[in-house]
Amino acid sequence: MSRLANTFEHLAKTGRKALIPFVTAGDPTPEFTVPLMHAMVAAGVDIIELGVPFSDPMADGPVIQRASERALAHKMSLKRTLVIATEFRKTNQHTPIVLMGYLNPIEAMGYEAFAKAAQNAEVDGILTVDLPPEEGQQCRELLQARGIDSIFLLAPNSSEARIQKMSALGSGYIYYVSLKGVTGAGHLDITDVENKLTLIRANTSLPIAIGFGVKDAATAKLISALGDGVVVGSALINKIEANLTDVERAKNEICDCLVAMRTAMDERS
Amino acid sequence: MTEKYTMPDDRGHFGPYGGMFVAETLIPALQELNDAYQHYLDDPDFVAELDADLQYYVGRPSPLYHAERWSKALGGAQIYLKREDLNHTGSHKINNTVGQALLAKRMGKTRIIAETGAGQHGVATATVAARLGLECVVYMGAVDVARQSLNVYRMKLLGATVVPVESGSKTLKDALNEALRDWVTNVDNTFYIIGTVAGPHPYPAMVRDFQAIIGRETKQQCYAATGRLPDALVACVGGGSNAIGLFYPFINDASVKMIGVEAAGDGVLTGRHSAPLCAGRPGVLHGNRTYLMADDDGEIIETHSISAGLDYPGVGPEHAWLKDIGRAHYANITDEEALTGFYALTRMEGIIPALESSHAMAYTMKLAPTMKQDETIIINLSGRGDKDMQTMAKREGIEL
Repeated sequence: MSRLANTFEHLAKTGRKALIPFVTAGDPTPEFTVPLMHAMVAAGVDIIELGVPFSDPMADGPVIQRASERALAHKMSLKRTLVIATEFRKTNQHTPIVLMGYLNPIEAMGYEAFAKAAQNAEVDGILTVDLPPEEGQQCRELLQARGIDSIFLLAPNSSEARIQKMSALGSGYIYYVSLKGVTGAGHLDITDVENKLTLIRANTSLPIAIGFGVKDAATAKLISALGDGVVVGSALINKIEANLTDVERAKNEICDCLVAMRTAMDERS
Repeated sequence: MTEKYTMPDDRGHFGPYGGMFVAETLIPALQELNDAYQHYLDDPDFVAELDADLQYYVGRPSPLYHAERWSKALGGAQIYLKREDLNHTGSHKINNTVGQALLAKRMGKTRIIAETGAGQHGVATATVAARLGLECVVYMGAVDVARQSLNVYRMKLLGATVVPVESGSKTLKDALNEALRDWVTNVDNTFYIIGTVAGPHPYPAMVRDFQAIIGRETKQQCYAATGRLPDALVACVGGGSNAIGLFYPFINDASVKMIGVEAAGDGVLTGRHSAPLCAGRPGVLHGNRTYLMADDDGEIIETHSISAGLDYPGVGPEHAWLKDIGRAHYANITDEEALTGFYALTRMEGIIPALESSHAMAYTMKLAPTMKQDETIIINLSGRGDKDMQTMAKREGIEL
């Protein structure tokens, strides 16, 4: 069983939901990311989405755009992101890592070389924002052959047929984009999410993580009641941006934020 | 070429290029757009309305002008100019915005967004939005806002909101990113009018089809003027909409050479250029696979060109395909060479071309002398140079 499937199964048994932070690899410096990942695990996260910086992050809001720019200024790349994943794995064998990014860095490396490198780095899942399943068959099959999950997005306007397709082709979990917009947007509507989740549940047995627009412990708690996991990105990266001259402080603030979310999500309502 | 050209396939692929590489939220919007486009393409009411707009609003057909004095001076082929600069708003861009705006209206969209580089597409979009009474937001890189301030003012006069984009290299590619972000957010009521033959399916095919009026007219006009097909077609290529508009109706005419001219900026060897077909590699950006300017890690690198409209790291996927199959050839022209073309047409024929089109002029100055006097070159004069007066005056040390 894959690390992701294992994680969700274990959580389901204990009646808990996955807390999934997103951080951009190499933001604000390459040295910061591995210690941050370990600290986030200690704060209670279950899965880590590691953002691969890209020059043109079309689906991201300004916060994650700037995170990408900071990382790229230090020559961060897909290759070096895989080095970070490898480094993390040396002392953590249980927390799944999902690489989240855009297709062109993978195209530049080549699908086969990428699948191999991701396997060597013991990465568990790949989420490529601009690679819908129609265009992604070859990449998906290469990853699948190496035991790596392909995670697909669903959006508020995804049709039932689309949901069924993602359920059939995806593995690990489905990432539900909770609003029409970019990452970090501020117009999350819980009722909309609830209605859509009912439709998605009816069409898949995959776990569903919900992200985009999760700002604080209260939202995380509300969202976690609807899905199997909560993804939080921009709210964490804001802490990095606010403490560029004091990264230890950034790390502590991120962990405080995650502990608060973890606590809120685990409370019996 | 013996088989009839039928690209793209039904999912927007030109061989390995094109396609629909977008975030999930845009998939339903692109499907809706494609369905509407396929429906109206053959709808007699729609076609009649479009034809009437092209005739009475845009001012088509645009003339095919024999540049006799310039041809004689160059001492080779006869040069003809397809006068897209004479269209309403001053470039070929309006052919496409009129078409897409009619689609937007029929689809019941109330808000129009666009990206723009030189501002020609932004002006053409703001123009049709004003005419239809639709809200219009144009994204423009902050660098381009500064170097094309005249067009920024025109867009504002027309009632559009111009949003300067401060991210990345602050040019056309970043404007496209920002327009995509807007579309993802406002997908229900918003129609995104992409200005070139790039972006996700169906844009490359749809924009081509709206621009193909250029080539269809040219073919008729060339027969009328010379009694036969032209020998060569020359057009500048940024995203490549004016070039594909001219080339497409000639694709099955194997005797007609097609040459797209990319912007070499300071020269392709310097790395400071915008010539992905000549010096780039295939990759995926802005919803399609095509030739890109990217580094070994797949990060998009900054481009350079004197002309804002060519300052783009990608190119329409159909050009990538036409290059690979050898049907079209792609050359490049530096900033300095483009200026030579700019001055030549201005002084020899009394026509001031846009800096974008000047690249095609400069290439023709190399090509024409190698051809016979009874051969014909047709250049797409895609836009007029009024918008570039500040840039040119500044280069000459003159304050306007």
